Amino acid sequence: MARYQNLFTQVQLRGPLEAGPPLRDSTFQRSGKGFYNYWLGKLGAAQVGPVYLGTLGMASLLCAFLAFEIIGLNMAASVNWNPVQFVRQLPWLALEPPGPEWGFTPFVPLAKGGWWIIAGFFMTSSLLLWWLRTYRRARALGMGTHVAWAFAAGIFLIITLGFIRPMLMGSWAEAVPFGIFPHLDWTAAFSIRYGNLFYNPFHCLSIVFLYGSTLLFAMHGATILAVGRYGGEREIEQITDRGTASERAALFWRWTMGFNATMESIHRWAWWFAVLTPLTGGIGILLTGTVVDNWYLWAVTHHYAPGYPGTGVIDPATLPGAPK
Amino acid sequence: MSRILVKATITAISGLGIMLLGGCEPGHKQTSQNGYRGAGLNQIVDARHVVPAAVIPPEAYALPPDGGPLAGQSYQNLKVLGGISKDRFDHLMANINQWVAPPAAGCTYCHNPANMASDEKYTKVVARQMLLMTQTINSQWSPHVKQTGVTCYTCHRGNAVPVNKWANAVGAPNPDSITGNRYGQNAPNADVGYASLPSNGFAEYLNGAKNIRLAADTALPSKDHVVSVKDAEKTYGLMVHLSTALGVNCTYCHNTQSFRAWNLSRPQRATAWYGIRMVRDINQHHIGILQSVFPDYRKGPLGDPYKVNCTTCHQGQAKPLGGVSMIAQAPALKGPTPAAPTVVAVPAAPSAPLALNDAPALLARK
Repeated sequence: MARYQNLFTQVQLRGPLEAGPPLRDSTFQRSGKGFYNYWLGKLGAAQVGPVYLGTLGMASLLCAFLAFEIIGLNMAASVNWNPVQFVRQLPWLALEPPGPEWGFTPFVPLAKGGWWIIAGFFMTSSLLLWWLRTYRRARALGMGTHVAWAFAAGIFLIITLGFIRPMLMGSWAEAVPFGIFPHLDWTAAFSIRYGNLFYNPFHCLSIVFLYGSTLLFAMHGATILAVGRYGGEREIEQITDRGTASERAALFWRWTMGFNATMESIHRWAWWFAVLTPLTGGIGILLTGTVVDNWYLWAVTHHYAPGYPGTGVIDPATLPGAPK
Repeated sequence: MSRILVKATITAISGLGIMLLGGCEPGHKQTSQNGYRGAGLNQIVDARHVVPAAVIPPEAYALPPDGGPLAGQSYQNLKVLGGISKDRFDHLMANINQWVAPPAAGCTYCHNPANMASDEKYTKVVARQMLLMTQTINSQWSPHVKQTGVTCYTCHRGNAVPVNKWANAVGAPNPDSITGNRYGQNAPNADVGYASLPSNGFAEYLNGAKNIRLAADTALPSKDHVVSVKDAEKTYGLMVHLSTALGVNCTYCHNTQSFRAWNLSRPQRATAWYGIRMVRDINQHHIGILQSVFPDYRKGPLGDPYKVNCTTCHQGQAKPLGGVSMIAQAPALKGPTPAAPTVVAVPAAPSAPLALNDAPALLARK
C-alpha cells in the first residue's frame, strides 16, 4: 500500500499549483503558471515554476551567454570550425589568458588573449548580477541573505584566481585558462611553479573545510533521514519546539561521540564550513607568488615541512665547469 | 511500464560504471621503493607493457687488433678517423653498414663506389659529422652516458634515419588570428602524454638554452626570479616527454615533496640534467650546422633538420638498449680523452645532512 514518506517521496501530491506571494517592487511578473513533473518529483518538488527572472536575472543570463559563446567560438576557431573535431577534442580545447609579455594591460589583441579578458569580464558580470539577484530575491521574500553571502564566497575565489591575483602579480598570464583539461593542467603547473601548494597553510585549511563540509553534510543528512519517522525533517519546527526526533538524534550523537550539534547549530556549522572552503582557498591563492614564492621552502623556514634524509645529490649547475 | 524503466535505469547505470572502469589499466604491476620511506619515491611498472629488450646485432666480424698502417695513410679525405688503424677503420665501416645503412644500399648509401673518398653524397657529410658527434658524446658527456657510451646503433637501430626525432612544428596559418591557432598546446599530443600541456617545449629547451628553473630557491618572492605559470606548463610538458621516453614516473628522479630541491632528488635527476644539455649540444652543434647539407626531404615542414630528443636514444627505457654497452665494438667512437676531467656529481651516502631542510641556513641566505 502506498504511503506518504518524507524526502524520497513515493506518493506525489497533486493539487492547484502554488503561485507564490504577490510580487513587490518588481518590473516583471513571474512567467508561466508552473507545471508538475513526475521525474523531478522523484528528486525534489514536483512543481516547476513559475519563474521570476527579472532585470538582474536576464542581464546575468545575457552576460553568461556572451562568455559561453566567446569561449566556445574561440575553441571552435582553434579547430578550424570543424564540428567533428570540436566535439572530439573538446576536453583539450581552451581559451588561454594573455602571455606574460602583455603584463596586466587591459588592451591585448583579441587573438593574443584579448578574448580571454572579454570572456572573463562577462563571466564575472554574470556572476555578480546573479549574486545581486539572490540577495534581492531573498530580501523580497523577507528571508535572511545567507545564500547570497555563501555564493559570494565562491565568487571571491573565482575573481581572486582570474583577476585580483593576476593584478597583484602584474600579469594576466597568471590567470586560469578556460577549458576542461587546460584548467586542470594549469592547477598542477601552478603548484609546481610555487614550490608545492600542499605546504600553503591556507590550502590546508581549504581542504579541511572542503572535506569537513562533505562529512558534515553526510552526518546531517543521515541523522535527519534516520529520525524522519518521528518528523525529524520538519527541522524548523524542531528548532523552536524540540520533539522526540530531535531528542533521539541528539542522544544518538552524544552516545556515539559524546557531543551533539543542535537542530539550529548544525546548519551554522555546515554554512561556515562551506563558506570557509573558498574563502581560505582564495586567501591561499592571494598569498602565492605575492607574499610567498616557494611554499616548500617557506614551510621549511617555519619548521613544518617534514625533514627527510637528504640524498646528497648536488645541483649540477653549481659545480665548476658546468655546461649551460 | 515502470519496471521497464527501472530495468533500463539499472542497465544504464551499470553500463556507465563499466565504461568508467575502462579508464583503468588491468594487469600485473611491479612496484619498487627507491627512496626514503613515506616520501612516495616509488616506481610502478605495468609488467605487460615493459619495452622488450632491444636486439643487439652481432658484430660484422671480430674487432681486429690495433696496429698496422693508419687509416689516414691508406685512404684519402679522412677528417675524423684518420688517426686510427686501417683495420679498425674498416671494421667500423662494416659496423656502420649494419647499424645505419639500408641493406639494399650498403656502402653506396654514403659512398660513390667509383670514388669512395668523394663527398658528393650528402649522407657521407652527415655521417662524418655524426662520427664527430658520437666521439663528443662519449668523451665529453660521460656525466650522462657514463662508461656505457653510445654508438650509431643507440639511436639508429638499423634505420638510415632514427625513428624518434622531431622538427619545429607548423604553427597557425596566421599567428594573429584565432582560426586554426592552438598556440602550441591544448591538443591531444603524444609528446606530452595526451595532456593539454604545451608541446612546443622541444624548440626552447632542447634546441634553445632556456632554463628549467620554475620554483624559486628562496621562500619569499624576489625580482631575480620571475617565472610565469605558462613557463611551468611548458616545462611540465617537457617533463612528461622525459618520463615517457624513459618509461618511468616523475619519482624516478624527483621527490614530489619539492620538485626543486636537489638534495631530496635521486642521482638520476643529475644524469638527466646533463642529458638535457647533451641534447642541446647535439641539436645545436652537430645537427643544426647540417641545415644546408640535408636535402629537403630530410627536413621538417619548416625546413629545419630533424633533431633528437630523449626518445631518440631511450625509446621507452631508462637506459637505452637496456644498458647494454656496444662501445667495445667500436673503440674509435670513444673519441679523444678530454684534457680536463669532466666534473661528475657524485652523490654522497644517503642520510646526509639536510641542506635545504636547514632553516637557519635558509634565513641566512636572504
